[in-house]
Amino acid sequence: MTAPILVSGPHIHSRFNVSRTMMAVMVCLSPATGFGLLHFGWPAVFLFLVTIVAALLFEVLCLALAGKPILRFATDGSAILTGWIVALTLPPWAPWWVGVTAAGLAIVIGKHVFGGLGQNLFNPAMVARAMLLVALPVQMTVWVDPVLGGPGGLGFQQALAVTFGGDIGIDAVSSASVLSHVQSQLDAGQPMQAILAEIGNIHDQFFGYVPGSLGETSAFLLLLGGVGLILMRVITVVIPLSVLGSVAVLSGAAWGIAPDSFPPPQVHLASGSLMFCAFFIATDYVTSPVTGLGKMIYGIGIGALIFIIRSWGAFPEGVAFAVLLMNACTPLIDEYVRPRIFGRTRAGKPIELGGKP
Amino acid sequence: MSILSFSGRFDPARLFSFKGGIHPETCKFLSADCAIEDMPIPALIRVPLQQHIGVEAEPVVARGDLVLKGQLIGKARGPVSSNIHAPTSGQVIAVGHFIAPHPSGLPVPTITIRPDGEDRWGPRLPRLHPESATPEQIAAQVAEAGIVGMGGATFPSAVKLNLRAKYDLQTLVINAAECEPYLTCDDRLMRERAEEIADGAGIMAKALGVSEIIVAIEANKPQAIEAMQRHKIALGHIMRIKTVPAQYPMGSEKHLVKTLTGKETPARALTAELGVVVHNAATAHAVHLAVRYGEPSISRVVTVSGRAVARPANLRALIGTPVSDLIAHCGGLVEDPERLLLGGPMMGQPIQNPRVPIVKGTGGVLALSERETRERDVMPCIRCGLCVQVCPMGLTPFELNTRIEAGDLEGAAKVGLLDCINCGCCSFTCPSNRPLVQTIQYAKGKLAERDSRKHQQEQAKRLAEARTARHEAIAEAKRAAMARRKAEMDANKKREAEAEALVAGAVEAIKSKEAAK
Repeated sequence: MTAPILVSGPHIHSRFNVSRTMMAVMVCLSPATGFGLLHFGWPAVFLFLVTIVAALLFEVLCLALAGKPILRFATDGSAILTGWIVALTLPPWAPWWVGVTAAGLAIVIGKHVFGGLGQNLFNPAMVARAMLLVALPVQMTVWVDPVLGGPGGLGFQQALAVTFGGDIGIDAVSSASVLSHVQSQLDAGQPMQAILAEIGNIHDQFFGYVPGSLGETSAFLLLLGGVGLILMRVITVVIPLSVLGSVAVLSGAAWGIAPDSFPPPQVHLASGSLMFCAFFIATDYVTSPVTGLGKMIYGIGIGALIFIIRSWGAFPEGVAFAVLLMNACTPLIDEYVRPRIFGRTRAGKPIELGGKP
Repeated sequence: MSILSFSGRFDPARLFSFKGGIHPETCKFLSADCAIEDMPIPALIRVPLQQHIGVEAEPVVARGDLVLKGQLIGKARGPVSSNIHAPTSGQVIAVGHFIAPHPSGLPVPTITIRPDGEDRWGPRLPRLHPESATPEQIAAQVAEAGIVGMGGATFPSAVKLNLRAKYDLQTLVINAAECEPYLTCDDRLMRERAEEIADGAGIMAKALGVSEIIVAIEANKPQAIEAMQRHKIALGHIMRIKTVPAQYPMGSEKHLVKTLTGKETPARALTAELGVVVHNAATAHAVHLAVRYGEPSISRVVTVSGRAVARPANLRALIGTPVSDLIAHCGGLVEDPERLLLGGPMMGQPIQNPRVPIVKGTGGVLALSERETRERDVMPCIRCGLCVQVCPMGLTPFELNTRIEAGDLEGAAKVGLLDCINCGCCSFTCPSNRPLVQTIQYAKGKLAERDSRKHQQEQAKRLAEARTARHEAIAEAKRAAMARRKAEMDANKKREAEAEALVAGAVEAIKSKEAAK
């Protein structure tokens, strides 16, 4: 008989592990991803695959350089998930090198420079997105109308040309995302009522029949996936609720005060990027606080920043910058917002027995 | 196990229990329907003299002595210690050291008895009539019988029964939560011996002078609840059976009291400060046997389980029965166990040598196969915060872990290291499979060692300083004495000289007078 091993308890485990967590997130992302791929056609599929493969290759490269066990770490699913999320934030018809650059920025600069899995201060996907938004403002804002790439749209050959040949169909570029359209029209001095009439009904926006990033168009499917994550207990309800809630409250208040210069709250809430942020980006384990109250502060901060950037900033979206700014606050929040220790007051002193000897 | 089964069911009662905790697969079905069987007397019995918290007992028999069942073989030393009795009749073949039933495997003083197979009782303890006995008499009988907390803490029960002298007590809680997975010994005992447990609880309530008894049983033991509910009054005390949610670590004393009363025990204090004393159900049974029949604590019910065991069972075994005998009685092993444990899978102690004996606090012997135990691959922490969510003490285990790994023990102590109860919820739930409890235990040990070393150094420094001061004082005294002596001598000399001068003057005067004549 081989001797039983001697290690400290507990000797059993919940069997929930890192790769299962990553897998659960991917499962919940699938509906919105599938919808995006279907609507934007082959170029989106190519970009999606290229980004994920690039993310995986960069991961292997970094692990090899860092001397970490490649097989075990690369198969934990975190690199694939990062690549997946990065791809979903890109314009669907972006050329292949945008995907590769984004994956490289996310994996190398966003994750491994800080020490790899679990060590990064900023959300890798958002690091890549923010850097690209600043560095490639043109390529990152080329939106296509979902009808164009839909099932009856672009052929396989043409799609290859779009993604790998740098041949962006000029007529496809005409579209603008809802929020950027709202912002540009507001800047042009249009009244809100007229703009709202132009951008089509809220129903289309909510279900995703609008131009936008590869996987961020359908707020509905993202919401569905997010609810799935909560039901699987991968995330708690705190961050999504506080992000969505603070955006709704702030935009509602602003719209109530000045309905001519602010879009109504439903325009914000029906935007897929906000849903994506609330359920999949802001809830990233590594870069969000760990306590309930901390999560609430963090979520409200993100929501408020999104509203501020969308209303007064130079970028019509603002999700990436809001998340990055709050990521920077996470260590601070975790330092000051701690759970109360059993039998102690918040200050750490043993609790007093009221009126007892 | 699919991803979805991780979600668990929602139990509204959990809103009123305590924050955190986990819901592991209990695996109690393996042995829950096996009635308690008597384990035959093994070929050799090894009774460690240290089966309790406190000072080890002093052996009162020698090699070659014949002992009878229930005879005192180890005598309690000091206020926190416990008597040890011979589990059966036979001959003492060694009083020496044997491997401890502990992961360290270090030798502990042990009395080895070769049973004669007749199981002859010696004189039992005098029986008490609990109805008329005083609390002091009951506590003394419990101490005489060597009863310790049988839930695993093994704290001498009599010491806890004497708490009425210091605290104003109202409630006795019988802890029958049995929150550890796999273990079913308390469950079976309640199903089969409900009346005896109720009587034992009544006796303890009388000793404590409390007005109320609460028996707390986890919701996953409906038959035990039903059996206990038949007993509403125990020795004149009202006994209430309370179903508590199945939530690990419900059996933790402070968390059980929080669930039952809604009150939190202050850090570093006893539940007695809230007027509540907690005793285990098996302890109540042992108290019943000791007081009503004069039987000392020489046997207990042990769950033998795990998928590596051929036939899981609940056995009433003599204290000192080797683990290997228990497993052999259960049909042996069907595969090499990955881990061999004394106690439950959450807080149980791993052992390597199956020849070690079971002791008064051993509720289970588990042989876990590889597929039941946790994996050994460890991933980096992803800060998911699950450990914070499940920690019943409100700690941040991942942060403790990071600080300890960085060598910052003081920092870890500042954020609650010493409040950890080692329940293992954090390691159980950690998706990266990190050994958080192990790290925390290591840090506690290091901190204690450092403190004691610091204490020793301070002591040594104080002694050295005292010595120097003493020497200096002596030297000073000597110098002072010398100076005094010198001054005296000088004074003497001066006086002598003066006297001589006086005499000389007188002589001179006489001489000059004579000359004048």
